[in-house]
Amino acid sequence: MELVIIAAAIMLGLGALGAAVGMGLLGGKLIEATARQPELGPMLQGKMFLLAGLIDAVPIIGVGIAMYLIFVVAPGVGA
Amino acid sequence: MAGENPASTTEYIQHHLQNLVYGNHPDTGWGFAHSSQEAVDMGFWAIHVDSMAWSIGLGSLFCLMFLRAAKKAHTGVPSGWLNFVELIVEFIDGQVKDSFHGRNKMVAPLALTIFVWIFLMNLMDLLPVDLIPSLLALTGVHFQKVVPSTDPNVTLGMALAVFILMVYYSFKIKGTGFVKELTMHPFNHWAFIPINLFMETVGLLAKPFSLGLRLFGNMYAGEMIFILIATMFAAGAGAGLVSGGLHAQLFGEETSALFWLVIFVLVVGVCWLNLKGKVSTGKTVLLCMAFMAIGGGVFALGGGLMQWSWAVFHILVITLQAFIFMVLTVVYLSMAHEDH
Repeated sequence: MELVIIAAAIMLGLGALGAAVGMGLLGGKLIEATARQPELGPMLQGKMFLLAGLIDAVPIIGVGIAMYLIFVVAPGVGA
Repeated sequence: MAGENPASTTEYIQHHLQNLVYGNHPDTGWGFAHSSQEAVDMGFWAIHVDSMAWSIGLGSLFCLMFLRAAKKAHTGVPSGWLNFVELIVEFIDGQVKDSFHGRNKMVAPLALTIFVWIFLMNLMDLLPVDLIPSLLALTGVHFQKVVPSTDPNVTLGMALAVFILMVYYSFKIKGTGFVKELTMHPFNHWAFIPINLFMETVGLLAKPFSLGLRLFGNMYAGEMIFILIATMFAAGAGAGLVSGGLHAQLFGEETSALFWLVIFVLVVGVCWLNLKGKVSTGKTVLLCMAFMAIGGGVFALGGGLMQWSWAVFHILVITLQAFIFMVLTVVYLSMAHEDH
């Protein structure tokens, strides 16, 4: 049963890692592009939010499943 | 509701994740399920009454409110509700013009409906998790999930509707070109038809699945975190200190989270009055301490603050997810309209 906790930790950690790299790239490129062509700023920002939502979905689903594993599948482990 | 031991916390969470199911039970016949097991026994032909009622109710609310604005629409300067509706309609119109290049009168209204409807369904997530279920429990309804988009049946159902539209317009606009796209696309040679067909079908089917599961996953995770924070309120009752014993004496062992919500509102209200200069600081501290002693120590305050901060963050998520569902629907329909 302790392995469930490890599974949840891996799920949360790797999900957050990937999403963080993705968000970093996305935000960096947005600022780069806006600095180069400020008049495209609003349009790029809209697209950035769309992609941020797509990236955000994967780790947040991971968080949901991890929480379910910790608190419902294996409650009270180590307590 | 939930006590301090893990078993009843689990029960509390599972209770919150159980829909109100109406179906034909093999032993008891047609009726509402009284437990999760009964709901499972009802099999395929059972209906989630709460999801249906909330989603249809919110859909009709959207239609009525927007119809009212549409009837009053005029060429002058809009005000109030009409102004707000015009803002949303223009926003959606701009998005559809940006990403949809075919000619179809149905896409923009569809996008508007999807956006506002999903937003309203997601908005139910911001209500305190126990508010409606505990009110309905008083009237004898024991299971209630108020957020329809945390039910995969609802989100996948919407994605299925989008998928049917995609296939319909692909055939209508492209005709045999759609068949050609499915069979001849990555490798343009007759020998590769089975491989092409397999790859294109997987690609086609992945679209509605990712569309529905993305919305479901986001809302489910958000709801799960709200529920987990809500279990903290109950942890307050078991925390001992002044509250544990006093609390149990005053209100009994079982108290709903609604009670802690009231305490939280009282504490915030007193602090707010202090900021406005209507209550002195000494009285504020005394009143807050009294409320918290009754309500279960710091847990009530901490839990309330966490609920509130997660709700603030969640406003972004619910809007973004409604927006993404809408944009992807438009993009998929736009792909169905591209004639080569």
